[in-house]
Amino acid sequence: MTAVDLSGVGKVFNAGRADQVVALTGVDLTVESGQFVSLIGPSGCGKSTLLRLVADLIRPTTGTLTVAGKPARKARLDQEYGIAFQQAGLFEWRTVLRNVELPLELRGTGRRERKRRAEEMLELVGLSDFAAHYPAQLSGGMQQRVAIARALAVHPPLLLMDEPFGALDEMTRERLQDELLRICAQTGTSTIFVTHSIPEAVYLSDRVVVMSARPGRITDVIEIDLGPRSEATRQSAGFFAGITKVRRALRGSPAPASAEVPA
Amino acid sequence: MTAAVDKIAAADPTAPVVVGRRRRSRGLVRGLLPPLLVGIGGLALWELTVKVGRVAPFILPAPSAIWEQFWLSRSVIWQTGLATGANALVGLIAGAVVGILAAMAASRFRLLGEASIPVAAALNALPIIALAPILNNMFDSTSSIPRRVVVSIVVFFPVFINTLRGLREVNPTHRELMDSYAASGWTFTRLVRLPGALPFVFTGLRQASSLAVIAAVVAEYFGGLQDGLGSRITSAASNTAYPRAWAFVVGACVLGLVFYAVSLGLERLATPWRRSR
Repeated sequence: MTAVDLSGVGKVFNAGRADQVVALTGVDLTVESGQFVSLIGPSGCGKSTLLRLVADLIRPTTGTLTVAGKPARKARLDQEYGIAFQQAGLFEWRTVLRNVELPLELRGTGRRERKRRAEEMLELVGLSDFAAHYPAQLSGGMQQRVAIARALAVHPPLLLMDEPFGALDEMTRERLQDELLRICAQTGTSTIFVTHSIPEAVYLSDRVVVMSARPGRITDVIEIDLGPRSEATRQSAGFFAGITKVRRALRGSPAPASAEVPA
Repeated sequence: MTAAVDKIAAADPTAPVVVGRRRRSRGLVRGLLPPLLVGIGGLALWELTVKVGRVAPFILPAPSAIWEQFWLSRSVIWQTGLATGANALVGLIAGAVVGILAAMAASRFRLLGEASIPVAAALNALPIIALAPILNNMFDSTSSIPRRVVVSIVVFFPVFINTLRGLREVNPTHRELMDSYAASGWTFTRLVRLPGALPFVFTGLRQASSLAVIAAVVAEYFGGLQDGLGSRITSAASNTAYPRAWAFVVGACVLGLVFYAVSLGLERLATPWRRSR
């Protein structure tokens, strides 16, 4: 079963105008069910655009895109994915619990069931004690965990994350990485994860998709096989080998000169 | 599980500490004491200046004289204060309701929004109090409507502008998130726009609450039904009873403070998430 399938996907912003930008071109990507895939690349390589295409927040200019075997729009309407952004984006006027309940509320889930599911999600991210707090009372890392709980509340088969840990300090970041892996394993969720950080991509992923800018495209896909992760993984030779591989791919040895030519 | 939670919370140096009741009440005392001291000091200085400097009462009466008149006229001040308060309240509610509805319409329809701001600004530049004599002629001399209309026009602008700003300021992450939930239209307005605009609405209401009392008092200077604080201020002043005129001014000041405090209290009740940060 494939979670996400893209073939020949391209996206042009402001097509036909002077400020036309080719954000993405010729993207083929398949994410298998239960897989963790990271998108990594320099700013402007279209990794966030790619994520938003999968989320159907923007429409592709060319190519076809299916999520859970359905057209992207249908998948969005069916809430087939949960999404989290760099900013937690919690609703500050709702308590933590009611923030997590929101996607369920919009789905028409009953009050009692909503509360039960939201409490379950908060337990998953270790924030049961903060259910009645308002977001402003939580630290940045805690807010981000609430955002993840909210993304998972409808039990989506797919989780989309756009640099969710980007604004956090290194220690919080590593803790949340472990938590995320545990949650994904526990729930069997497939994940597409946009990041700037090479170690983060290698640590989390089954596959790291390396992208390049102008025009945004996939230049390499690196398989990572580190087995179950633990603290020791971060010190292992395999981990460092993965980092080196991704770094080399990012430097883009095959076609650095042509990449600089304006499209 | 719980142990892990505690460890995380403990290791999180940025996790805020909930402020206890005792600390909050001590903060209240500390917040009230300086203005109270300054106020008492100012009054004493005022009294001393008037007494020592032999300032004529038509220029500035002593606080003690004003207080004496305030106490003597307390039942009249209460009655007229109620009348002015009723005018201010009715005008405030009417102006605020119209202001909020207009802001919702202006944020919903782009063209209307672009057209409405200059119109509202022009309306605000208008010396609205100057409308009072015209409005007085439009209605019966026993009608309270002219003063209430003046109040509601004065109230409209701050409520409209602040609410519109609040409705327009939508966090882009919130927008994308609601898109991902396929929630749009009224659902989006109800769940995101309106609660997000609430603090702005109350900022407008707080400004408007004092303005409402001022407008209700001053509108009476231009005729119409003479049952409020404004009419007593003008009649006392024209009878050279300056301390009495000042006593009614104090009454108007207290009324304005009551309006402000009530709107502040409502704001606290309606936006509990802002109190707790």
